[in-house]
Amino acid sequence: MTEADELLHTPLYDLHVEHGARIVPFAGYAMPVQYADGILAEHRWTREKAGLFDVSHMGQARLRGDDPAGALETLTPGDIKGVGAGQQRYTLLMNDEGGVNDDLMVSRPDDDGLFLVVNASEKASDIAYMRERLGPGYEVEQINGRALLALQGPSAHAVMERIGANVTDMIFMQSRHASIAGFDCIVSRSGYTGEDGFEISVASNEADGLARALLADDDVRPIGLGARDSLRLEAGLCLYGHDIDRTTSPVEASLLWAVAKRRREEGGFPGHERVMREIADGPTRKRVGFEMPGRLPAREGAIVFDPEFPDTNIGVVTSGGFAPSVNAPIGMAYVTPRTSSAGQPVEIEIRGRRHAAEIAKTPFTPHRYRRA
Amino acid sequence: MTTYYSKEHEWIRVEGDIGVVGITKYAADKLGDVVYAELPATGKAAEKDGVIAVVESVKAASEVYAPVNGEVTEANDALADAPEKVNEDPEGEGWFFKMSLADSGELSGLMDEAAYKEFIAGLD
Repeated sequence: MTEADELLHTPLYDLHVEHGARIVPFAGYAMPVQYADGILAEHRWTREKAGLFDVSHMGQARLRGDDPAGALETLTPGDIKGVGAGQQRYTLLMNDEGGVNDDLMVSRPDDDGLFLVVNASEKASDIAYMRERLGPGYEVEQINGRALLALQGPSAHAVMERIGANVTDMIFMQSRHASIAGFDCIVSRSGYTGEDGFEISVASNEADGLARALLADDDVRPIGLGARDSLRLEAGLCLYGHDIDRTTSPVEASLLWAVAKRRREEGGFPGHERVMREIADGPTRKRVGFEMPGRLPAREGAIVFDPEFPDTNIGVVTSGGFAPSVNAPIGMAYVTPRTSSAGQPVEIEIRGRRHAAEIAKTPFTPHRYRRA
Repeated sequence: MTTYYSKEHEWIRVEGDIGVVGITKYAADKLGDVVYAELPATGKAAEKDGVIAVVESVKAASEVYAPVNGEVTEANDALADAPEKVNEDPEGEGWFFKMSLADSGELSGLMDEAAYKEFIAGLD
């Protein structure tokens, strides 16, 4: 994975290069981390206008068989049976230890089973896990012939209107087939920035044409993975492999909202016992947000201390960086529940020196989803 | 007044007994948007090739090495409020610190502008 020529290219690779992208390896793909404008400008553009992201490295899959929603509920704590036609839901693929193998989007854009979007780094293991656990009665198809684009930002709605796409009546977490600039797409109204926007699955050989049609609008610029990360961090959204992983439970990860009430009572998903125990007794660690004064960011791996008991390590940073729209360093950390309330002063060690920080509510920038 | 360059992409511009140190345009471009520079205190001993400062971009923290031996005489406090100067004018207003030189003979181990240009041309 160190040689550039071993990396996979998405269908938009040439377009990235044309726009002056700096290409980096990510989950086995050659991906744009930024374009000529740089991460700060790209971040701000997305919050003010609309950014176009290539997320084709992510995994797309179909789950087919008798009652696919019931089958997926045996591996997830979500109300998947409650995902109606045209709806989408965020859920967690659980392991027997009550940890999270991946987080994913599940939707019903049509009658062809369930449509899944999973993380790039986990797609091979997710599909193997689902096949193994669901057995031969279910088909888990990895869709390799489709690209995935995200159009995110307050102008996304107007851009779709101008291009004549029949998606502007959609609200947050809906999903359906639609034609955009003449291309057949599966569109959901969702994303990973905290802004209104759309995620668009399109045939690989049509992705370049669709991207160029969207970029033709003056409000749309291409945005790289660097700004995607700072945008999702400000929105308080977890990055798999960092803020959640195979050891973190949904309770620890402050993702209890993704464990449906019915599923808490009924169980029937891996790790149910741990989840119920942690709901009753409290977890031993909890994912929180934090903010820092000044400009020095605390990065992943930095240790968190309680200023009242300075010898005691109370946690670790899992994501951290300078937040362009907050104009301050922010991050996420796992800390002891005793020190997890918003407003709690903490200290974070960076290069041997401790710096003041405060536990903060997330999101750091308000979500601006179109909910009605 | 001559500017010398290190393989770690620092520049040092010698003005009399004092060297002004910063990171090159090549390094600043590679780092991307700089959001913070952790600068050495006045009086700190600068050890050739030792970490003397840290520069934080949106993406990551990177170390800055002292190009020669000496002692820090001044840090560029303007970077505290305007770290973007490192990107906008890396070899001018975006300087990091000034230092005395223990042995000006060490400068001959660094590159001149032409040699550095050739060096970075071989990196991409």
